[in-house]
Amino acid sequence: MATAAEKGVVLLDVWVSPFGQRCRIALTEKGVEYEYKEENLWDKSPLLLKANPVHKKIPVLIHEGNPICESLLIVRYIDEVWSNNPLLPSDPYERAQARFWADFVDKKVSECGTRLWLKREAQEEARKDMIEILKLLEGELGDKKYFGGETFGFVDVAFVPFSAWFYTYETFGNFSVEKECPKLVAWAKRCMERESVSKSLHDPHKVYEYVCQLKKKLGVKE
Amino acid sequence: MEGGERMAAVGGEEVKLLGGWASPYVMRPRIALNLKGVEYEFLEESFGVKSELLLKSNPVYKKIPVLIHAGKPICESMIIVQYIDEAWAAKGSAILPSDPYDRALHRFWAVYIDDKWFPSLSGILRAQTEESKAEPVEQVFAGLKLLEEAFEKCSKGKGFFGGDSIRYLDIALGCFLGWLKAIEKMTGIKFLDEGKTPLLVGWMERFCANDAVKGVMPETDKLVEFAKVLQAKFKAAPAK
Repeated sequence: MATAAEKGVVLLDVWVSPFGQRCRIALTEKGVEYEYKEENLWDKSPLLLKANPVHKKIPVLIHEGNPICESLLIVRYIDEVWSNNPLLPSDPYERAQARFWADFVDKKVSECGTRLWLKREAQEEARKDMIEILKLLEGELGDKKYFGGETFGFVDVAFVPFSAWFYTYETFGNFSVEKECPKLVAWAKRCMERESVSKSLHDPHKVYEYVCQLKKKLGVKE
Repeated sequence: MEGGERMAAVGGEEVKLLGGWASPYVMRPRIALNLKGVEYEFLEESFGVKSELLLKSNPVYKKIPVLIHAGKPICESMIIVQYIDEAWAAKGSAILPSDPYDRALHRFWAVYIDDKWFPSLSGILRAQTEESKAEPVEQVFAGLKLLEEAFEKCSKGKGFFGGDSIRYLDIALGCFLGWLKAIEKMTGIKFLDEGKTPLLVGWMERFCANDAVKGVMPETDKLVEFAKVLQAKFKAAPAK
């Protein structure tokens, strides 16, 4: 007999995860109903371990019993299965550019952000790197409403969850995102006007508190 | 193996590929272009020197491969492969599977190969001592075991990860076979073993014999020679 999980859409996630938020935003943009399951990363559920045996990480989307892992792959899957409000443009070159910049966010933002708040060594380098990364992204945004142009798209979904981390980055890194990249801040505000984004993202101060708690838990010295 | 240039103009839209003969990442778009029957000009980058065209076309990463189609650059090997599949959708054979879940599986394993498996394989080359080789060797074997299971799931009893034909995941993994064979020769370790991963062994033979692959797979001996050059470089520079 098929369980609810086997019939519908289930998202295994953690409230603060920007990777999980990408999936929540995509599902909401598409109007897809889903069951949200909060995972405890210090005590992973049997379902998570079965659904993602290779990496044991969230987010995982389970659709009709099939698990899909890796946040950007999940977003692409969602975009392909539910074809309303497409997140990727139709032109092959534009699609390649969108994938490139989403991949750039994946490769650069989180890794650099972690170096910033872990604050172990090379703090100045981490700060410089983050400003460079944000400026490159701002350059790609330009004067567009969204990274996707007039429509909210794949790169917007990939990057906007990290806007809730700007406060954390700038506090630990001792710089101002607004000062360095005003267009990015304006873009993040526009995105927050969308229900999919405002419902998925958390208050930046909550994110900052979470990181402080995490540092204590990890035993990271100040 | 590609020697000089081949002029390419498809309805006035030139296709150029910036790359290097030894790079597995460069092999990926070459296989894809072959599968689509698209002619292109191969611009070989010299090892250790980045051309003006490369720096201009890929300012973010400054890396090969870069596909330049009608003057527009596309970067990152698997993004290029997907672009080729979409830009020439009407030509040749399809590269991405048609089912969204199959696509997700192909993409997942391609990411795994790039993020985890190949770094372990190249870790063997970077290892300065025999002891430090042990861990990456173990990881490569563990990865191959996972990929054998993935093959069983994806191939659905047929000859390739893509089923009847070479598709996305075949390209993602197959491009590393030259290097795998080179490292087998250098270490004396048989990574693709019929006793351990029989499905992958069969797949490897079919993949390497395929027309889209044959002309672009570098020779094992040449890679071994090149590896020695690389290893000298690793010894000279401190490990990252």
